[in-house]
Formats: sequence, C-alpha cells, structure tokens
Amino acid sequence: MKAFSQLYQTLDQTTSTNAKVAAMAAYFNNATAEDAAWAVYFLSGRRLKRLIGASLLRRWLAECSDLPEWLVEDCYANVGDLAETIALLIAKPSESENSMTLAEQVTALQALSGETEDLQKSIITTWWQTQDYSTCFIVNKLLTGGLRVGVSQLLLARAVAQHADLPRTVILHRLMGEWTPDTSFWHALISEDDGSADISRPYPFCLASPLEDEADALGSIEDWIAEWKWDGIRAQLIHRDQQLFIWSRGEELITKKFPDITDAIGALPDGMVLDGEILPWNNEGVLPFSELQRRIGRKTVGKKLLSEVPCVFVAYDCMEHNGQDIRQQPLYQRRAVLTELLSAYTNDLHLSKPVNARSWQQLAELRGESRQRLVEGLMLKHRNAAFHTGRKRGQYWKWKVEPYTVDAVLLYAQAGHGKRSNLYTDYTFGVWQNDTLVPIAKAYSGLTNKEITTLDKWIRKNTVEKFGPVRSVVTEQVFELAFEGINASSRHKSGIAVRFPRIARWRQDLSPEDADTLAQIQQLITTKDN
Amino acid sequence: MAATATNNPLLQATNRGLECTAGGFTIDPYQSTRISVITHAHADHARRVAEVYYAAKSSVALLKKRLGDDIDIRGVEFGQPFQLGDTSVSLHPAGHVLGSAQVRVEHNGEVWVFTGDFKRDPDPSCEAFELVPCDTFITEATFALPVYQWQPGSDVAAEIWQWWQSMRAADRPAILFCYALGKAQRVLSELTQYTDLPVYLHGAVTPLTDIYRQAGVSMLPTCAVDIKDKRKCYNGELIIAPPGASGSRWVQRFPKAGTGFCSGWMRVRGNRRRRGYDRGFVLSDHADWNGLLRTIEETGARQVLTTHGQAGALIRLLKERGIDARELTTRYNADGESDVSDAV
Repeated sequence: MKAFSQLYQTLDQTTSTNAKVAAMAAYFNNATAEDAAWAVYFLSGRRLKRLIGASLLRRWLAECSDLPEWLVEDCYANVGDLAETIALLIAKPSESENSMTLAEQVTALQALSGETEDLQKSIITTWWQTQDYSTCFIVNKLLTGGLRVGVSQLLLARAVAQHADLPRTVILHRLMGEWTPDTSFWHALISEDDGSADISRPYPFCLASPLEDEADALGSIEDWIAEWKWDGIRAQLIHRDQQLFIWSRGEELITKKFPDITDAIGALPDGMVLDGEILPWNNEGVLPFSELQRRIGRKTVGKKLLSEVPCVFVAYDCMEHNGQDIRQQPLYQRRAVLTELLSAYTNDLHLSKPVNARSWQQLAELRGESRQRLVEGLMLKHRNAAFHTGRKRGQYWKWKVEPYTVDAVLLYAQAGHGKRSNLYTDYTFGVWQNDTLVPIAKAYSGLTNKEITTLDKWIRKNTVEKFGPVRSVVTEQVFELAFEGINASSRHKSGIAVRFPRIARWRQDLSPEDADTLAQIQQLITTKDN
Repeated sequence: MAATATNNPLLQATNRGLECTAGGFTIDPYQSTRISVITHAHADHARRVAEVYYAAKSSVALLKKRLGDDIDIRGVEFGQPFQLGDTSVSLHPAGHVLGSAQVRVEHNGEVWVFTGDFKRDPDPSCEAFELVPCDTFITEATFALPVYQWQPGSDVAAEIWQWWQSMRAADRPAILFCYALGKAQRVLSELTQYTDLPVYLHGAVTPLTDIYRQAGVSMLPTCAVDIKDKRKCYNGELIIAPPGASGSRWVQRFPKAGTGFCSGWMRVRGNRRRRGYDRGFVLSDHADWNGLLRTIEETGARQVLTTHGQAGALIRLLKERGIDARELTTRYNADGESDVSDAV
C-alpha cells in the first residue's frame, strides 16, 4: 500500500499534468502486474462495490474515536469526506506497519463481503487504528467509493503509454468498456500486439467543443456538415461476432435496456460500430428528454414502458466497417458508408440527416428552430475530419441555442464536498408565487472562486436558520440562472423541473422583488409544447 | 459568585468590543473608546480606535508598527497586576505570537480571563502560554472540532525543510505563504534546527521580522526580495510571503515556483485543494481541539464563553459535561468555519 499511497499523495500535491503523468509512469515501472492492474482500475475512476454502508462506518467511527455520534457527524459535515474524517480522527501520525500490497489490500477488502457485521467491524477498526494517516485514508477511500484524485482518463493513458512505449490512443481504446483488473488485463493493456481484442470494446468517443466565435469565422460553409444536436443519450452500437452491444458515453453497457434498438441493429452486417444518439421517439417524432429518463432508470423494460416510450437510434457516424477501423477516413467518406449501410439493411435505424443551408446566415435561421424541434442546437463537423479521440478543438463544434434564463432569489445554501468542503457552494433558488418564494432549482456552478468566497461570507452572516448542513438565508441575493430545458414535474413543489441549471450571473443590481414569477417560467413550458 | 456572573457580567460583548463596565475599559475594541487593553497585534484585535492602549511590553513595538508611532500605549509586564477602575487587571502569555496576552480581570473576588488567541504548543518565537485559573473563561474557538489536532511545530518545520530541499534539487523557488506577523517568524525560528541558509522575505514580512529580531528571537538570516532586480535568480531559495500575495502580480515574478501554505486549515484536504497550493503545512498558532478542552478543564472555570470560531460543537460538548457554556458574538476574525482568516 505504501507505494500506492505515495503515488496518491504525489498526484494530490501537484497541479502540473506532466508531474502527474511522470508519477504514475514511475509507479507502473515499479509495480507488479497485479498492483498495476488495480491502480489503473482505481485511477480510471472505477470503484469497488460498496461493502459497508456509510452510516455504519460513522457509528464505528464514533465508538472507535470515543466521541459522541453527533460530534462525528459535525466533523464529517465540516470535512466533507468520510474517508478523510476517519483518518483525521483515528489514524496514527507515525509510520504504519501495513505491508500489504495494493492487490492484497483489495482482496482483503473484498473478503469482508458476506462476513458478519462483528467481524467486519473488528477488521476494519483494527486497520483504522494501526495505519498511518495516508494509508488509512486510501484504504477508507477504497472502502467508501471512488478515489477521485483528479486524474483524467487521458492522463492515465499517457502514463501507461509512457510506461509501455505505445501510442496513447491505443491505450485509451484498451481502457474502454468493461474489464477485470487482473494480471492478464495489465499484460494485454501494455502488450505490443493486442491479439485478444475484446469484441465488446467500444472506441473512445469523439467530442466536440462549444462554438464561441461567429460561425462564419469557420470559413466556407461548403466544408462543413451540419446536423441537429439531439438531446438524448450518446451511444455506440457494436455488432461483432454475431453479438450486439450498446455502450453509453459513461461507458456503461446498456444493451439490455434498449431491446427496441438491438432488434434493429441485428439486421446490420457483422464487424460494424456506429456512433449516435438514443432518443425517445413515437409516431409523431422525438419526445422530450424527461421521457427518456423513465427508460434510463430501469434495469429491464416492461412492455408497457416500451410502448409508451419507444426508443430509436439516430446514427451520426460509422467507426468500423467490415471489421476495419475506419476512424481515420474523412468524415464525408464515413458518412457515405453509414448512409449506404442504413439504406441497404434497415428502416429501423435513423440517419442523422445533414441540415442543409447555402449560407451561415441561413443555417443560423434554421438553428432558431431548435427549441420547436426539441433539439439543443446544431453540430458542425468538418467534411474531412477524422473520428478523433476525446476533445480536440477545430473540427467538431457544438453550436447550441442560447439557454433559457431566469432571475431567482437565493433561499438555501449547503457546504460542498471535496475541493469545496467547508464552503457554502450548493445553492437553492426560488421565484415568486404570489407572496412567497418557491424553490425551482439547485445550482452548483457558474460563480468565480472570488464570488464563491464573497457569497460564502455573506451566507454565514445572513443565516436565518440551520437545518443540519443546510442554512436558510435572508432572501436578498438575486442570481440569473441559465438552464437548457424545462418540464412540468409532479415531483417538485413548484410543479416544474429545469435541466442543467447553473448560475449565469450574480445580479447584485437587482433586488428580490425584481426576481421572476413562477407563472413566467411556466409559460416557457407552454411555448415549447406549441 | 455564579449569580453575580449571570446578573452583571464582568465582561460583555458589546458593539464596542469586549467591554468591562466596572473597570471602565474595553478589550480589543472595534469602536472608539477611551481605555483599551489589547491582547495582540493582529488586525482583528488591534485597531486604532482608543485613546489609551494597555498591552504586554513585548507587543508594544509591533502595535506601534501596526497602529502608528503616536499612539498612547502603556507596556505592561506579564503577571504584574494594575488597577483599572474598580478592577485589577493583569496580562499573561497566550503563546499565540510575540507579546500576545490573556487578560485576567478581577473584581470583588471574581476572576474572568479572556484568551485573545492562544495556543499550547511550544513556539520558539514567543512567550509560552501560561495557565490562569478563573471563574469565567472566555476563549477563542477557531479550531473547535476533533479533526483539528496538531503535530509539534518542529515536526512541521522538518516537512518544510524537506520540501525546501526538494525544491532546491529541482532548481525552483519555493514560496511559502505565512501570515506576516507570527507565523512567518515562527517558521524562521523553527528552521534554525535544520539549516543556516538565508530566507527571502516579501516586503510585508520584513519590518515585523526585524522587530522579532530586536526582541532577541533567534531566526534564520533574512533578506528582502527585490522585485525590480530582474537578474536576481531565486531558484532553490525559500521565499516567505503573506497569503494576500498569492495570485498577485508579485508572485508572477517567480513563474517556476512551487507553493506552500502554513495554516491550521491545511489539516483538511479540501481547504488546501481549493486554494490551489502545492503543499499545505499544518502549522497553527491557535489551540487545537485537545488544547481547547484541556485548557478549559485546567482553568477550573465554571462558565465558558466563546468569542470566535466554530463553537457550536464545543459548547454542546461542554454542556453535556455540565459546564455552563455559551457563544458570544464578537468581530474577532469571525467565522472560523471559513478559512478567510489569515491569522491562523
């Protein structure tokens, strides 16, 4: 554990990406295959199945530290991280004698599953009391969930690539999908020739950047292919060796959730991978995203839901054809392949059709129809673009419509977690309904660090009541909130639910009376449905 | 005696400061007043609002530096009682910074003590904390949660020295952000165990360090950073600067620098990550959780009042232990929950 906890510390103590890559590569150079596989597993944000509930851990912590439970809760609220709270309250400052390797520690953790609560407690609390601070912290991190050490998939791939002396894109591809962190995985990850290719493995998604300049700065419109930016689940369809797989952008295998789509791809030839969007779609066309959410939540879908919310796959791109990786071909060629495939084999998969315009001006007008079409705006893709890995600026742009905005009053605040623990950064906002303010949205992002600090001080000085970690504040501060969509919702007190709410501006020029009313916001729903 | 304490408190938190009617003075006032007693020279405790200042002798030079040479200040020896109105007042070392004092006020046989800011841990740059038994103990509570526990300052200094050496090996400057009064000098003093290399100081730190040196505190040799001298190379050097300089143009003079921050808040990882420093060194001039509890117990006080910090948990715990505890509202670096305070 020592090497891994040292790696964690180094990663945590630097903001330089080069230093992070170097630290990981050095770790891989010295690690056994077993340990390296687990390190990749955790560094890529994967986590162990939760073995023991957080409330149980907190109770043990109270007993172990000889503090009342409420005080442990207070500490946890202040620190914002259970693993860290445990280490702060219990761990010994000196060096520990833990000589387990990372893999051994993981095995020991997994062995706890199925044991009696008493035994789990005795083993875990013994770890707490015998380990030094950083090891105790890491073991608790593994026990309570993710590592969250601020390493992106890309950085991890760079480090493994450096260690194995292979191209980064190869590593990125091999890290996709589902795998078991064992020695054979690690050897396959760093091997020259990836003979044992996993047939379910998706390609890394190609991501677009938001268009910040005017569209006509992109040059001739002839060089660009425009498509609607659909509001669904970005996904990859894989048909290899007579088997079908659907992966979401979050690298989750969602094949079983969409039988309506697997039926359709079965008709396509083998050795094929498509990129596209899963959308709820009935005879009249696309449905709002909130309908799709009803499908996402279920592990398997019943007949009723299938008929109420049928889903389709709208295909954007083709990355593999006849078993060949064609990602480096220019987009217009890949689109030709895609169009041909869909028209030759099936009527049940949709092609994301180009939005044709003769000028940027005309395209901008079409973009104005986005809301009525229930899309988020347009995608602009260069005709010659390769299907690149991750986000690279220049050839793929998302040209979204302007968000909705509303002026709302700060009602409640709660301290954040991780980097924002100890600081009031999670806000709830309300708008007027008659004489009262009703909550309509929670937002966490959009303020600068300086604004956050200022607002934090203000919140502390203007607290009306404390409910556990939440504070209600004097209703005085007005914020302009931006959001992408709005739906009627029976689950919310206000009767509406907004999508991706964030703070656009702190309106210190406005007083609470200037905030919007619920009726004004409800009108936005009606506009959309018309 | 307990009845007197509740009916007519000897010290009261008013909009003027910590006011003593019987003695006709205010401790650490924030609004204009005639006679003041100052616990220490940090800005939230020492303001230029009084006609007369009483303070520990060893803090006079610091107070003059901060409030002006022309203030009417009476330097008092620690432990020497003096009469103010109907009360007998004495100052006792608080161990926070050079010349920092607890104020003991006695009236009709009843004793109140205000700690100002204090710590129990050894600090070679200031007088050691002295325990003063009392009936009512008014204490700071900046770090009043069990997660705040300090390592000895000399251990933290060893970490700082190690970090400095690693920056020397990497040929980069090491900027250590420390509060200009107290923390900077404590670090300079602790580091003498490990080296005699000179340390560079930001302009705000130099005059205060000079005062410490005149008071006989042993510290590493120091020199001023000359920002105008473009040829001077700071690679491998330790530079001490106040936290306010972080993110300023001054820092841009050292593009390759690694950064560290000395503060009790660095005990919690989120605080360090949010501030974006490479290294956080857990070094505080305030009492930690155990220090607070131990001190409260040892004073024998039957009533405990807190002035600033996150006192909620401490007060609840004291009440559960049968001690009469309550929070006072003051303007001393108010909300300990946030890490806005530099003086930590």
